Amino acid sequence: MYDLIIIRYGEIGLKGDNINDFISQLVSNIKRATADLGDFEISTVYGRIFLYAESDKIEKIVGRLANVPGIISLSPAQRFRIGKKVAKFNEQDFEKLKDSVVELFKAEVKNYPTTFKVKTTRADKSFPMESPEINRELGAEILRKIESDSVSLSVDVHQPEHLVEVEIRRGKVYLFLRREAGPGGLPVKSSGKALLLLSGGIDSPVAGWLGLKRGLSLSAVYFDSPPYTSERAKEKVIDLAKVLSRYGGEIKLHIPYFTEVQQEILKNCPSRYTVTIMRRMMIRIANRLAELNNELALVTGESLGQVASQTLEGLRSSDEVAEFPVLRPLITMDKNDIIASAKRIGTYEISIRPHEDCCTIFVPDNPATQPKLDTIHYGEEDLEIEELINRAVEKMEVITINEDAK
Amino acid sequence: MEREIYLDNAATTKALPEVTAAVVDALENTYANPSSLHRFGLKSEKILNNSRKIITDYLGVKTKEIIFTSGGTESNNLAIRGITNSYKNRGKHLITSPIEHSSVAELFNVLATEGWQIDTVNVDHGGHVDLDHLRSLITDKTLLVSIMQVNNELGTIQPIKEIAELIESINPLIFFHVDGVQAFGKIYSNLSQWPVDLYSISGHKIHGPKGIGALYVKEGTNLKPLIYGGGQESKLRSGTENVPGIAGLGEAVKKLTRFSKEITADRYLAQQKEYLLESLQQIEEVVINSPTAGAPHIINFSIPGIKGETMLHALERQGIYISTGSACSSKKKGSRIINACGLSQARSESALRVSLNKNITDSDLDYFIKTLKKQIDFLKLF
Repeated sequence: MYDLIIIRYGEIGLKGDNINDFISQLVSNIKRATADLGDFEISTVYGRIFLYAESDKIEKIVGRLANVPGIISLSPAQRFRIGKKVAKFNEQDFEKLKDSVVELFKAEVKNYPTTFKVKTTRADKSFPMESPEINRELGAEILRKIESDSVSLSVDVHQPEHLVEVEIRRGKVYLFLRREAGPGGLPVKSSGKALLLLSGGIDSPVAGWLGLKRGLSLSAVYFDSPPYTSERAKEKVIDLAKVLSRYGGEIKLHIPYFTEVQQEILKNCPSRYTVTIMRRMMIRIANRLAELNNELALVTGESLGQVASQTLEGLRSSDEVAEFPVLRPLITMDKNDIIASAKRIGTYEISIRPHEDCCTIFVPDNPATQPKLDTIHYGEEDLEIEELINRAVEKMEVITINEDAK
Repeated sequence: MEREIYLDNAATTKALPEVTAAVVDALENTYANPSSLHRFGLKSEKILNNSRKIITDYLGVKTKEIIFTSGGTESNNLAIRGITNSYKNRGKHLITSPIEHSSVAELFNVLATEGWQIDTVNVDHGGHVDLDHLRSLITDKTLLVSIMQVNNELGTIQPIKEIAELIESINPLIFFHVDGVQAFGKIYSNLSQWPVDLYSISGHKIHGPKGIGALYVKEGTNLKPLIYGGGQESKLRSGTENVPGIAGLGEAVKKLTRFSKEITADRYLAQQKEYLLESLQQIEEVVINSPTAGAPHIINFSIPGIKGETMLHALERQGIYISTGSACSSKKKGSRIINACGLSQARSESALRVSLNKNITDSDLDYFIKTLKKQIDFLKLF
């Protein structure tokens, strides 16, 4: 039935001179997202990307592309073949077009009663019929062929449940009925590199996804504290990174040895400040890694006020030691919205596996929610910060994750 | 890793070579359906009969009194559901202990929602049921009592004979189910002499295969099945019999120590346990949770201040595999069993279980103790 997908991108269209870089990045991301399904012909015209594929693969590809950042919407479409110049389109051709439109309508619309509207975009003015006429004729044909005593169907020009679209561009006629939403945003890898602080929780994978959606390419760091954290907790983080990799391509997962850092904090720092100081040590290690990898920002899953360390004071104490901008895509999001996003991108089920990460193990009974910088500085006095960072990074494991889109 | 020592035998055991061979042989050679009429089917049926005989001989019960199941959980479910479904008009009162395995405890939770009245008998700090309290709970509405013989976390042994006789003396119509999964092959039982009606066993706790177990159903006890179909296992457990599992279970039971009134527990295990206990008691941070006269293969202890799961992972890095009381999540605090015995929160959260098998040597235990001490020093921060 369908033989191509019309892919629409949004914001990229606003970019000036480097628009072609963005589009070619998006095309290469689309290719990557569908690589295991086949090698498809892709063309870019008039602010659209056309992907041509065999009809039995179209739905699967649509499902994949719905998760490719940079895409606003997409429609599985049929190219109506006239076999001659559109200017020579005649009565017989129009009869065939009507048949095709009715067939398409039958295939897509299963639930009645319903309403519809036909909308024609005639960009190629050499096409002899005008849009209102096409709309009227096709609408009447659909009603004639489908509506009956048992099938209730009507035209609604304001809020139709189904929009039947006919696009006539550059000598070609396309028919489609659906617009699937894409995630929007910018193509992955079009905004530079950043380092994601990834825990096993619900938030940080969503933060990573939102970063990817704004065009970042990501690497990740997970702070492993064996034996306080288990092998399964690490497996969980690897699985989360795999999900992100499906959207964002290769992700290097850095796993520094954080146990000693935590132990030294517990031994040497005031208990109410252990979490704050632990966050600062994470940021310091992340600084080091970002520098090594030429990344220009850190990304965290913090959300304002969600836990004791995520107060403004807590964030300020982290930012004080950060040598890069700390991007916090979730900062004003509510937990429920974060969970909904996690479910949509497929990380939620992994995140709720019951294995502790290093953040949940060292929570003191009464953590400081308003840590003061000078108290923190005083609390860190006995910590051999540089040595601890060096050793954590020396014992670091790095896993390269490159999942196929699925 | 230099050395691997598996000290989690109450969770599951490694199959014996004879067991593996029997399983493979059944899969490769005796694969016919025991219900098939041809003589190849008969060959499979003979395997079932042979294993059943080995088990009934070992337990001293009648051949028809053993029903093969998929394991301890199913045996427990079949026993309890089988009675409650079959005799629901007799009385709606059930009695159990607070330290039962989850396959019993969770089922009782469900039965409670279905209108059954459930009483839980008190236990002491070692998990032993209070017989006087049990006596006071029994009424003429009591249908079933379910109490395990050996507790899986603590190794506590319940006086099954006394409990059974107590129940019978008050109301002989009451059914008594015993979860014998951790006791079978480890300590003495005498099912033909004791007034026990149902007794659950499992293959993989005794070096047999996973996915196979059995339920002893005393003659005259009418259970309702959980699973309907072809009517296998005296109509109590439909489904083509797990011939390889049953063959393996038979082999495993062959190798079990035979007990008597004189020898009531496995001597080698008891000796190893004693050695381990003495070594543990010399570590000042260690508190023993298991009662003194417990099962010969289970020792439960705590190192207050170090979470059980943390120590477990620390030991796993040194090739030692043990268990915590229960999976430790930040929400569910400590072990249900140890909490039920009234031990402190600190002990519950730091509880560890070591469970032995007959191949554990003194040197293994020495290595375990040495490593444990080292990890206590590593994890003890203050």
